[in-house]
Amino acid sequence: MIEISNLTKKFDQFIAVDDLSFTVKEGEVLGFLGPNGAGKSTTMKVITGFLSPSAGTVTIDGFDISKSPIEAKALIGYLPEGAPCYGDMTTLEFLKFIAQVRGYRGDEITRRVQHVLEEVALQSVSHQTIETLSKGFKRRVGLAQAIIHDPKVLILDEPTDGLDPNQKHHVRELIKNLARDKIVIISTHILEEVSAVCTRAIIIAEGCIVADGTPAELEAQSKYHHAVSVKLTEGYDLAADLVGIAGIGIVEEDSAEELRYTILASNGNPIFTQVSQIAQVKHWPVTEFHVSRGELEDVFRDITQQAQGEA
Amino acid sequence: MGNLGIIFKRELFSYFATPLAYIFVVIFLITNGIFTFDLGGFYLRGQADLLPFFSFHPWLYLFMVPAIAMTLWADERKTGTIELLLTLPIRLSDAVLGKYLAAWALTGIALLLTFPIWITVNYLGEPDNGVIFAAYIGSWFMAGGFLAIGSCMSACTKNSVIAFILTVAICFLFVIMGSPILLDAFPQWVPQVLVDAFSAMGFLTHFDSIAKGVLDIRDFLFFAVFISAWLLASAIVIEIRKAN
Repeated sequence: MIEISNLTKKFDQFIAVDDLSFTVKEGEVLGFLGPNGAGKSTTMKVITGFLSPSAGTVTIDGFDISKSPIEAKALIGYLPEGAPCYGDMTTLEFLKFIAQVRGYRGDEITRRVQHVLEEVALQSVSHQTIETLSKGFKRRVGLAQAIIHDPKVLILDEPTDGLDPNQKHHVRELIKNLARDKIVIISTHILEEVSAVCTRAIIIAEGCIVADGTPAELEAQSKYHHAVSVKLTEGYDLAADLVGIAGIGIVEEDSAEELRYTILASNGNPIFTQVSQIAQVKHWPVTEFHVSRGELEDVFRDITQQAQGEA
Repeated sequence: MGNLGIIFKRELFSYFATPLAYIFVVIFLITNGIFTFDLGGFYLRGQADLLPFFSFHPWLYLFMVPAIAMTLWADERKTGTIELLLTLPIRLSDAVLGKYLAAWALTGIALLLTFPIWITVNYLGEPDNGVIFAAYIGSWFMAGGFLAIGSCMSACTKNSVIAFILTVAICFLFVIMGSPILLDAFPQWVPQVLVDAFSAMGFLTHFDSIAKGVLDIRDFLFFAVFISAWLLASAIVIEIRKAN
């Protein structure tokens, strides 16, 4: 379990992380969200022991990162932002070096390295120097060094940044597979990633937590949660048919697509049945009809802009 | 093998994985040859010793050693690998010492490869090999002193060129501290204690006596303390500045 209590990190006068507290349990995949400069990376750097906190504590399985850094760091696998690796080494040499530092000796080193090479599909480039690798491969080398010791805690700073869609999918599958009995914290600003891999999401802005919940809970905060989106074949006044029906809010016209309307739910309850009944009775000229779950993106924008507005 | 050894091996290996180590060794040997035979008048002196060889070392190290030292930490910061290194379960002291010792080993290797000159002088005459051995050790310790300054300067900046210039400047100061030119420049009213203390900090003061075969444990102690102090300073600077 990771316990973060009242964590504050200041750089001179600038407060990057402001009195942050949360705990993460085994089996959780925590998505750490926030606009650029919100303090995501700084928080991760403090959790992994790279930076020391200005105030507050970080405890990893009972080990305080400031008081017992070696024990705490041994439990963590960390992929720093940009996946830095020693470019003059080959993939194999680099991973062997990491395995040694992680305390493996003799045959165990080879076994660990082989295992991790397979897991992230790096065998084809194992004898190439890292500086000659493509961005995707470099990222995977960084991921490989983070998971080589089967760490209890995995902290990944923007693990899929700069990867193509196939590679992104691959990395996400990998994270999901690894996550079962581990604690995973990933920072990202790709919101689909949160829905895809995370069991919990924390949104931070200006160094403070502004939202904390499952991706579904956060989506439910969206004004588009349970909204019904319809595409018509010809102009029709939908709003007139819907006036006065409980639970149904306003009708929005899509600014980008002609004849596309979104009917919002006013109190967060499903309205699909009512709307579809009316559509049948009134013979709406509909070609498409679907329910929106709500976009994490809207919630993210609303919450973070609110937070910035207050500050 | 502890973490110190693992880091030492990686660093030393990485010098030889790039052309850096080879270029360093070759240039070191060539300049050494020029200094010793041309400027030092190795043959003309008609003496079977290596004084002309060793007496140029402070000036040679002044530019060669900062060139290896400059990347020690500046590159780690620039490429971000410092974040990787310092979040591994190792002590900061292991990292500072491991990297330093690897660079020091490289200067040691370069120094060892000057052995033909030792063979030459033994072929031509009968030198005091004890003195030569002591001078080699002294020269290596002096390189270590330069390197320790370089380690600290490299920790101060992301830019290895800046690290190089700072290192050369500070090393130059420590070289000339013990030289008579500078000591004579002190005005009369400066207390002798201060002048002595100043001179005692100079590399030449300690190295000259070692090179001439005057083996004083205090000269070695000076370098040992000097190196430790600068390495400690490196660790402190890294701790403070790693966030930037």
